[in-house]
Amino acid sequence: MADMAIKVEKLVKRFGEIVAVNELSFDVRRGEICALLGGNGAGKTTTISMLLGLLIPSTGKIEILGADMLRDRYRVLSMINFSSPYVDLPKRLTSRENLMVYSRLYGIRNPKERVAGLAKDLDIDRLLDRPLGELSSGQKTRVSLAKSLLNEPDLLLLDEPTASLDPETADWVRTYLKNFQQDRGATILLASHNMSEVERLCDDVVMMKEGSIVDRASPADLLTKYGRANLEDVFLDIARGRQNAEDSEVGITA
Amino acid sequence: MTVADHPSYFSTRRIGAMVLRYFFLLRGSIPRIIELAYWPTMQMLIWGFMSQFLYEHSEWFVRAGGILIAAVLLWDVMFRSNIGVSISFLEEMWSRNLGQLFASPLRPYEWAMSLLAISAIRTLIGIVPAALLAIPLYHYSVFEMGLPLIAFFVNLLIFGAAVGLAVSGLVLRCGLGAESLAWAVIFAVAPLSGIYYPIATLPDWLQPVAYALPSAHVFEGMRAAAMEGVFLVDRFVWSVGLNVVYLLLGLSAFLFAFRVARHRGQLLQMGE
Repeated sequence: MADMAIKVEKLVKRFGEIVAVNELSFDVRRGEICALLGGNGAGKTTTISMLLGLLIPSTGKIEILGADMLRDRYRVLSMINFSSPYVDLPKRLTSRENLMVYSRLYGIRNPKERVAGLAKDLDIDRLLDRPLGELSSGQKTRVSLAKSLLNEPDLLLLDEPTASLDPETADWVRTYLKNFQQDRGATILLASHNMSEVERLCDDVVMMKEGSIVDRASPADLLTKYGRANLEDVFLDIARGRQNAEDSEVGITA
Repeated sequence: MTVADHPSYFSTRRIGAMVLRYFFLLRGSIPRIIELAYWPTMQMLIWGFMSQFLYEHSEWFVRAGGILIAAVLLWDVMFRSNIGVSISFLEEMWSRNLGQLFASPLRPYEWAMSLLAISAIRTLIGIVPAALLAIPLYHYSVFEMGLPLIAFFVNLLIFGAAVGLAVSGLVLRCGLGAESLAWAVIFAVAPLSGIYYPIATLPDWLQPVAYALPSAHVFEGMRAAAMEGVFLVDRFVWSVGLNVVYLLLGLSAFLFAFRVARHRGQLLQMGE
């Protein structure tokens, strides 16, 4: 079994003249929670799309759970899953119908029991028979999260997992994800703009800007390196082109 | 879970899951189910009364009793099959669900198979009530054609679906701005299919073009069955052979468009 859940080498994605992802290389160890951080247009969603095989890279290599995603993605697709508030589930279907369809797509045994169990865990039982289009965005996020956990994935890719959730529900979701990761030994890669979420959940942070990695370390190491009290300030430092604590000081006084 | 050394290349379970998805969609909307049967029934009524009128005023129609009703029902098989594929495909685009679907183990050709299956179901829901209604109204049963009817039905179903797959590929390639093609393209083959008139009616130079369509052979075969009570085996063989070609072309166009969409990142962007 490969030690790395994700191994990306010199990944490039061009859309015509635009380089969305530029020579990206990183890996994520199994059982780790890693964050992709970056401003809008940094290439986070493009990267996640390529990891899922929804987008074919211009050049580069992607290995997921030991399988080459450009050649053998179907070897591992049943072991990964994802959730994003920007990719919908059918709105005219009820939550239960959606989850039943995806249970079958992922080859879940006893889908009814699995859906009922997840609904209870994620507190969406009372939403199950309502059309998805009638739910609030926070409720939809929870249903989407349930879909992403149907197959108990070894690798979970999450784009803004707590977007649209109120602070209490968001906190509950973070705790749930942390427990899921610990119980299952799963790997989680998440793209987020929520810095406290990243600080709390992640072992590792990949900072991206304009399609490239500009820094990478654990949240604690990033705070030390940039001499900041929280990741939000680190994020701003990087967004504004400051490289370390000294630059940050200049940034403060300037 | 471990990495699958031999992932299944074709899964009836996944195809079934997608058929279930479209079934849920239909089940959730009574107006949709009614609409499926509404248009074929209206067509059948109009052409049924037209047949009655012509029956009283034309010797040819006396010999060919019910031929217009059979023609309109079989044309609707082709049309319903075509839009059955296209509409189910468009449902995924409208609901921005493509990203979710293709991050799952579903393969594009399994999706295409599920579109064909749901299209057949939708067509049956649409056509059977109209065909049954013709029996008490016009004393004409298309079912009296017997086994040839199944041959005509299956051939038109496949041809309509093949065109639907190609059109779906085109919409995937060009975006939802091209969605009106889903309804329009099949009408381009209608005049050449000889639905209501023999292919010999067409200009000489156009007849070879018509005979390049499986539907032209089916409707010629239908007239022979209805008027002379014979099943033209050569027409049947031609329609099956051409259907194989058109289905492969439609599927190829669909899979090619899907591959292009993965290059361009359209699976995540497509939607209303």
